[in-house]
Order: sequence, then C-alpha cells, then structure tokens
Amino acid sequence: MGVLGPKMAFRVLVGCKRVIDYAVKVRVKPDKTGVVTDGVKHSLNPFDEIAIEEAVRLKEKKIATEIVAVSCGPPKCQEVLRTALAMGADRGIHIEVPDEEYASLQPIHVSKILAKLAAQEEASMIIVGKQAIDDDCNQTAQMTAAFLDWPQATFASKIEKTNGDLLVTREVDGGLETIKVKLPAVLSTDLRLNEPRYATLPNIMKAKKKKIDKKKPADLGVDITQHVEVLKVEEPPVRQAGVIIENAEQLVSKLREAGHIQ
Amino acid sequence: MSSRSEAITCEFCIALQVRVLYCITGASSLVLKPKTTDDVSRIMAHCDKRHLAVVPQGGNTGLVGGSVPVFDEVVLSTALMNKILDLDEISGVVTCQAGCILETLDDHVAERGLAMPLDLGAKASCHIGGNVSTSAGGLRLIRYGSLHGSVLGLEAVLASGEVLDCMSGMRKDNTGYDLKQLLIGSEGTLGVVTKVAILCPSRPAAVNVALLACNSFADVLKTLQKGKAMLSEILSAFELIDSASMMAVEKYLHLRNPLSSGEFYCLIETSGSHAGHDEEKLTAFLDSVMEEGSVCDGTVAQGITQQKDLWALRERVAEALLREGYTYKYDVSLPTRHFYDIVVDMRRHLAGAAVLGCYGYGHVGDGNVHLNVTTRQYDADVGHRIEPYVFEWVRGRHGSISAEHGLGFKKRDFIHYSKAASAVAWMKRFKTLMDPNGILNPYKTLPE
Repeated sequence: MGVLGPKMAFRVLVGCKRVIDYAVKVRVKPDKTGVVTDGVKHSLNPFDEIAIEEAVRLKEKKIATEIVAVSCGPPKCQEVLRTALAMGADRGIHIEVPDEEYASLQPIHVSKILAKLAAQEEASMIIVGKQAIDDDCNQTAQMTAAFLDWPQATFASKIEKTNGDLLVTREVDGGLETIKVKLPAVLSTDLRLNEPRYATLPNIMKAKKKKIDKKKPADLGVDITQHVEVLKVEEPPVRQAGVIIENAEQLVSKLREAGHIQ
Repeated sequence: MSSRSEAITCEFCIALQVRVLYCITGASSLVLKPKTTDDVSRIMAHCDKRHLAVVPQGGNTGLVGGSVPVFDEVVLSTALMNKILDLDEISGVVTCQAGCILETLDDHVAERGLAMPLDLGAKASCHIGGNVSTSAGGLRLIRYGSLHGSVLGLEAVLASGEVLDCMSGMRKDNTGYDLKQLLIGSEGTLGVVTKVAILCPSRPAAVNVALLACNSFADVLKTLQKGKAMLSEILSAFELIDSASMMAVEKYLHLRNPLSSGEFYCLIETSGSHAGHDEEKLTAFLDSVMEEGSVCDGTVAQGITQQKDLWALRERVAEALLREGYTYKYDVSLPTRHFYDIVVDMRRHLAGAAVLGCYGYGHVGDGNVHLNVTTRQYDADVGHRIEPYVFEWVRGRHGSISAEHGLGFKKRDFIHYSKAASAVAWMKRFKTLMDPNGILNPYKTLPE
C-alpha cells in the first residue's frame, strides 16, 4: 500500500453470503429437512452485492481505503468472494465452516465472527445486506453492532460521509428516516441504495490474483455450536381456487356453509 | 363439426388477424379452434369440398404475414390442441399436439432434465406446430441444429382432410422418402401440422453468459473463430448486437449496457454439464481474446438475473426498434465474413433518404443477420429504395433472402432471389399435388 499521508486507513468489512440464486425455483427436499441445493445455481446474496457496490463506491470517492469481503461456509463460498473481488473488493477472508456445521450456522454465529474480524482488521465500517434471501433473518447487522457496541444504520438507501460521521437515509414503514451515526458503525443495505455494477473482464482477471485468506471460527474464538434445530420444511399450502358467486344470497349461504357466520 | 370444439367469431377475429409487428390485417369472420386431429380432418374435408380457403394459425408470432388471412380465409387455430402426449426420458423424445406453447414444453421437459432444442424471443406465445411449419431457427441453432434434424416425426392433415401419419420417435429411420422434411418449413401450405415428436437434448447444468465488446467486425470474426475453437462443444449461442442496436435498447427500453466502449457486442453463451470445466474453458478463451486484442472490454454475468439482463440486450432489440417508428425487417443468411457488409452498404445506399436508423444484429454464429431499417412511419419510397436492392445484394453473395422467418405473404415474390426457377417449379408441382384446390394458406410462400 502506498503512503497515505495524514489520512487514516478506512477499512470496510463486507459480509457476503452464498445463497441459492434469486431466479431459481426453490424445491423442498422429499424428506422435508430442507430445500434442494445440489446442482442448483447459487450466487452472491443480492443485498450483499449492493453492499459490495456501496463499499467500492466509497473507495472510488476516496473515503474507504480498503475493502475486505468476508464469507462463512464450505469451500464453495469462495465463488462469492471472487465475485466481490471482481467488483472491486481488495481481498477476501473465507471463514471455513464445513457442510454439516454450515447447515446450523445462524446470524448469531456470523455476527460474532464479524465482530471479532472487525477488531482484528481494525475496520472502520461493516456493511452487510439487510437480509439473506434464503433465510430472510435480517439479524446479522443488528447483532454485530450489539457485540461491538457500535452504532447501527440498517435498511440504508443512501449513505453520505460528513467528517467523522455517516449520514444514513433508512427505509422504514411509512417513508424515509435520516440518521447520523458516529464511526465506526455497522450498516445494512436496502434495495434502493445502488445498482450493482457488472464485473468487467479486466477486473475479473485481476480478481483471480487477489488474496483470499482462510480462517476457522475457532481461530477467532467463536463457538458455532448449533442453537437452532430445523424440525420440518414444507412448501406453502397450494392456493385454493376461488369460487365465483352470482348474488348476495349465494354469498350468505356459502359463508354459512363454511361456518363463518351463524 | 365436432361439438367438442369451438367456433368463435367477432372479437377474436381482430386479435388473430393483426400480425404481431402490426403490418398486415386480413378480414376473416370465422375462427375455428379444433381440439383433435380428427376435428382438423373434418374441417379440412369440409373446406376442401366447398373450396373454402383456410389459414392455419399457431401463436401468430410469425414475421412475414404467413399466419394471417389476406382476405376472408377461415382461420384454423391450434390454440386448443395443447396436450403433451408423451415424454420418453431415456431417448429424450417429447410427443405433443401442435398447439403446445414452446415455453410450456420447455418447462415440462425441464422437470426431466431436458430442454427444447430451440429457443426464440416469442417462446411464451409461439406454438410448436408453427415452429415446425416455419422451421424456426432461434438463438441456439449453432448448438442444437435445425428442426430438420430435431423433429423425429410429425402428423399433419392434408387439404383433403387425409391424415398424413409420419409420426415416429426414432432417431434413425431410413425407410422410404422422408416426407416430414417437405412439411417442415412449408408454412402451412402443404398440410396442417397436428402432432410432433421432437428430440430434446439434456438440460445444461452450467450456463455462462458473457457480453464482449469489439472495435471492428474483423475483431468479431476473430472472436467467433476463437470461440468455436476454444469453447467448442460448450458454445451454445453467439449473437451480435451492433452499436446502433445497443443504443436503441438503451434509449427506448432503458436497459443498461454494462460496457462503455465498442462498435460491436458479442453475446456469448456456454452450456455444459460441469461448471468447473466450463469456467476453465471460458476463462482460457477470455484470456486469449483479451490478450490478442480482439476484445476490448467484456463482462461475465454473475448470477441468473444478470444472465437474463444480458440476454435482454439482444432479445429486445426488435421491441426497441418498434418504439422508434416503422421497421423494415430483413432476415438474411450470408457467408459469415460478409455478415455485416450488408448493413454498411445499406447505410450508404440509403444516405439522404428519410431513414431514422439502419441496424444489424443477430445470429452471427450461423451467418444469419437481422437487417432493420427504421422510418417515422411507413414510407413507400424508402421501401422501394430498399427492395429489391437488398435482395439483389443477398443474391450476389449466394445467400438466403429469408434465413429463418420464411416467405409468408411478404416475401413470396422474392423466392427466385434465393432459389433456382426449376426448384420453384417443382415446389409448385408438389403444392398442386397435395392441395389441388389451393385452399391451404393461399397467397403465401410460393409466388403466383
């Protein structure tokens, strides 16, 4: 890294989850223990893609000095790290979690990992997608902030830096809320924050040479013992066909038949 | 007529008569929607006896007016003949009625790990019977071949009502003359296709889509040759979008071009059974073309959504041009090295005319260019400047004046630009033999 002068390092940690691709039709396994993942197309969680894009833009604006992409899971996670690197992240960290343990890995574990990494890497900001499209938990950012005792700005649709603070516009029920958070902070991205760039060839080639470090949760002192047990996974009930009713009398008799009225 | 079928008049007629790109309207007042081959047979026998002209119609997505009535022909729609009859997983053969929608068939065979051997922009509306009758090409012909190869059997009803049974699920069958080849591409003028048996390839487990920018057409050709050599058996599509067409989709449809430079864009797709293997080949190919400079920029889609977005840049060009004004559309086959020359020459030829734009895009992988010229509204003068110049140009390069769209109503009189007089004479003899009263899709395909 070159001489930065009086400017301090501003390292951004970005959480990247490998999920079943948004466009895939998800199927429940016959044994109802989960969904079919074998042979199914996976990609970077769309909200995490937005997080990487935002981090890259911060670097292009000379606010961030280094972007570190992090992914937890089995070896295949490196695919999403490569995507992040191709979009402009500087290096990657793969937290190795074997398949069997990955099945029970929860946001609480991931947030502990991110918190430990943030301390180790001396990060100024952590940014993750607001939720993963497979579990829709929407917990990692909030829990990570709690573990670090950092401020959090979730559902960000706009991020601006003003001196030592961040001005973040959040998407909330009923509209937008703008808050000021001190750095270091944890952010989670919402859909309208940005439109992620395509990774172009020169960058895809460069990404192959960028470093991906490997660590284990134990190396960070994080215990990933199973907290939650999945009992059953089922498809949502098939939508019943509607019935077209001719008149009010028919409506009343149908309601009576179904026991909705006396 | 069977009481199980439907005869619908009035409002359906309008919808079924206006060609998809708004050029031709007929004046029929009767649409018939048979459900079985037997229904079709009775309809044709009746019409033949009374000398009533019939227009077979599938999804009505044809681009040369082959599926619309010119006068008051009876429209025979395959909309209700949409049963999938059989799918043999081991041989990969799907058997179905002619009115099955291509996308529906693809979804059905997908469940067994198979794919339909053709794909085109109109997939959500076109009927397989229509595809077979026009010998549709599409986006993946360079990988899966033409319908002349993938249709293993078909059943059709002739003008007299006789059912011509050429059904078979056999890959190889050299027993006598292969009559179905005559019907494939005959645009409903020799018989109404009622059933087909199609060979489906394995559905790819790994698909990659890349968009590459080239500074010249010479570079496109280099990239194409490299692609065929290095991607080889996994190459499933190689399409061209010229800069004018790219600007059109950006301007009229607000689609995003991820690349900033380039006179030409190649949309390349690979399909294979093993992601790692395909990625290795693709990476080696991209390294090679970037290094030798034939490609100046490019991107590989990350995820299915990006793949669809990149494909949209190619598949929606026609739609974008519709927004600009009236489009003169030409679908020609040329020796690949001359693929873009026609666009350059046409631009020069039309300089000074009231033309908004001249566009070239399409299946550069198999030498089929879609040449499009736009004007504010239909202008007969521009039309005369383009035709017959464009057909003479194609004849000069021994190309085809209609690569995949067929002749239909719009191009029947230009057949001699691509076919010898003796060949056309024999086509007419076959037509007379199979449809003596000339009731099947008159005014189409063959000249008067």
